Amino acid sequence: MKNPEEIFEILKREFDETLLSIDNSAPTEPIINIAPIGIMKVSRFLRDTEELKFDSLMVLSGVDEANGIKIKDEDGVETITGGNLSVYYHLYSTTLRHKITLKVTTSRDDPQVESVESVWKCADWHEREAYDMFGIIFLNHPDLRRILMPYDWEAGYPLRKDYKNPEFYQGMKVPY
Amino acid sequence: MGLLDKEFSDGNIVIARVDDLMNWARLSSIWQLGFGLACCAIEMMATSASHYDFDRFGVIPRNTPRQSDAIIISGTVTLKMAIRIKRLYEQMPDPKYIISMGSCANCGGPYWEHGYHVLKGIDRVIPVDVYVPGCPPRPEALLEGLLKLQEKIRNETLRIKSA
Amino acid sequence: MALKTDTMILNMGPQHPSTHGVLRLELEIEGELIRNVTPHIGYLHRCFEKHAEAMTYPQIVPYTDRMDYLASMGNNFGYAIAVEKLLGIKVPERVEYIRVIMAELQRIASHLVALGTNGLDIGAFTPFLYLFRDREKILSLFEMTCGARLLYNYIWVGGLSHDIHPDFPRLTKEFINYFRPTITELNNLLTFNKIFIERTANIGILPVDTAINYGVSGPSLRGSGIAFDLRRDDPYSIYDRFDFDIAVGKGIAGTVGDCWDRYYVRVLEMEQSLRIIEQAIDRIPEGDVQSAIPKRIKPPKGTAYARVENPRGELGYFIISNGGVTPFRVKVRGPSFVNLEVLGELCKGHLVADVIAILGSIDIVLGEVDR
Repeated sequence: MKNPEEIFEILKREFDETLLSIDNSAPTEPIINIAPIGIMKVSRFLRDTEELKFDSLMVLSGVDEANGIKIKDEDGVETITGGNLSVYYHLYSTTLRHKITLKVTTSRDDPQVESVESVWKCADWHEREAYDMFGIIFLNHPDLRRILMPYDWEAGYPLRKDYKNPEFYQGMKVPY
Repeated sequence: MGLLDKEFSDGNIVIARVDDLMNWARLSSIWQLGFGLACCAIEMMATSASHYDFDRFGVIPRNTPRQSDAIIISGTVTLKMAIRIKRLYEQMPDPKYIISMGSCANCGGPYWEHGYHVLKGIDRVIPVDVYVPGCPPRPEALLEGLLKLQEKIRNETLRIKSA
Repeated sequence: MALKTDTMILNMGPQHPSTHGVLRLELEIEGELIRNVTPHIGYLHRCFEKHAEAMTYPQIVPYTDRMDYLASMGNNFGYAIAVEKLLGIKVPERVEYIRVIMAELQRIASHLVALGTNGLDIGAFTPFLYLFRDREKILSLFEMTCGARLLYNYIWVGGLSHDIHPDFPRLTKEFINYFRPTITELNNLLTFNKIFIERTANIGILPVDTAINYGVSGPSLRGSGIAFDLRRDDPYSIYDRFDFDIAVGKGIAGTVGDCWDRYYVRVLEMEQSLRIIEQAIDRIPEGDVQSAIPKRIKPPKGTAYARVENPRGELGYFIISNGGVTPFRVKVRGPSFVNLEVLGELCKGHLVADVIAILGSIDIVLGEVDR
């Protein structure tokens, strides 16, 4: 069993400095930040190294950081430009019993992250859901399309903080 | 309807109005489409199990809408699903009845405020006959809803109403 | 002579008696053999995560009930543990014992529905009715405690909503004595029934490496032969004080990891849950169940991930707090969402009727798949 700082040391030995950093500010768990292009190589290394053996991806979640500039236009509708979208990965090793949290941050206007579906098949549907809810494009994903919302939903990405509901969808009134 | 057993003592002839006879036949065997969407479906299954039997009212589940009289819409109706429910409703032959079971099917339920994908009440797409409130309604409440539907059927008439 | 053939696409639509809810399966078949299965989900997407960003922490608890509606106690439990991790509070001993008893009773109730509907899809109507009769007894225990039959809103952050009734320990012991012989009755009716074994043995075999790579958890993972249970391997609450075995599939009826193994693991788990309840019901200490509930829940900035062993697998809550009274982001890792992905792998090469048996053995609940 290793703790997150030791895991970060092992990663630093293998990969370039600009790719990774560790964030110890939160009281509950330290988070390792990784660049969006490069997460696939790091994941494969984490899964295959003998001393780490992270064979199970517990959860992959998209988050809208909402740290851009909030603009209110004439109707009172608020939109956010700039800012970040992030993806959090929680990994677990069933043999060595240790956990780690990774975080990837990308820009809101052109969000692109490498897909880890080739490393853990579990990420397939999780990444489709992150695309459906936030609009994050996962490169090299075999089948990136909406999963929870209808396939012809035009009104945007629902879990973003500046999402607005459409009035009608196929003849049915949506608001209460 | 009169007391049926007393009628039979005079040589097995029963005299009744056509309306009463048709309504009695229809309300005694409401065959429902087995259509459970969410949590209310489990209470509907519990109602048809042996503790609160549904079969004693003549209600049995059928698998296809073309052979059923009623749908019990039990659970939250989402926008994606509402289009399919409309299609199922149009496949049912007349006379057909809809029981809307649970808060979500009545008016959107707990998801009325921020549910971007929830249809706020099934009566926005199809006409409803009986509303059963609750989240989820107890089996006894669903049985009362069924009895109210039976009362509604009992008061139907075949004559065309003229103003 | 080689013939030019083509595959046919058959739709097992959202309304189907055997899909356990609103699930659409697109089957690509060649005659009776399956070439590919594509599940389409989202027909019950109720926007839980958007609601969680607008409600305060205690107001979210009833919404967590409605995700996996057959295991509501487990959903509340996971959420309460995640928020308590963010706040850094510890609950009294009485609360811990009652939470464990409720979670194990809920496990038995949920497995009863899973086994009953599994048998019903294959064609066995009688075990469904017998198991629902037994489930009514558990539901009356829950109704005595918190007033509701299906969606309880019972396990709150920092404690419980009501204390247990003074008659609760006696009635629970009566239920345990009543239920043990019914497991034998279920085994005679369904588990070792020759027709059931013919329908489910050697069907839908899931190898262990595929299972871990796909993230499968719960009885579906243990049916493949690996003894991984969160209550033993990543313990939460006070599960490390109880003595129980982990049920593992051994391939008694066919191969290790087939549908019958996943079914039998659930039957054995009900027996082990009875053992845990027996050990816990006599040792409940005195105390106040509402003493540790904070007046106002405002966690400091940070993230927390907590997971519990639900009857269907590993349920996880990932909560990000930015210091306010409402969470910034709540992400739910539903076990049925992850378990359903593996359906495409399991069905290849089987017949159309086997899809029903495999789907019943994975045991999904659509409220959790779509959230």
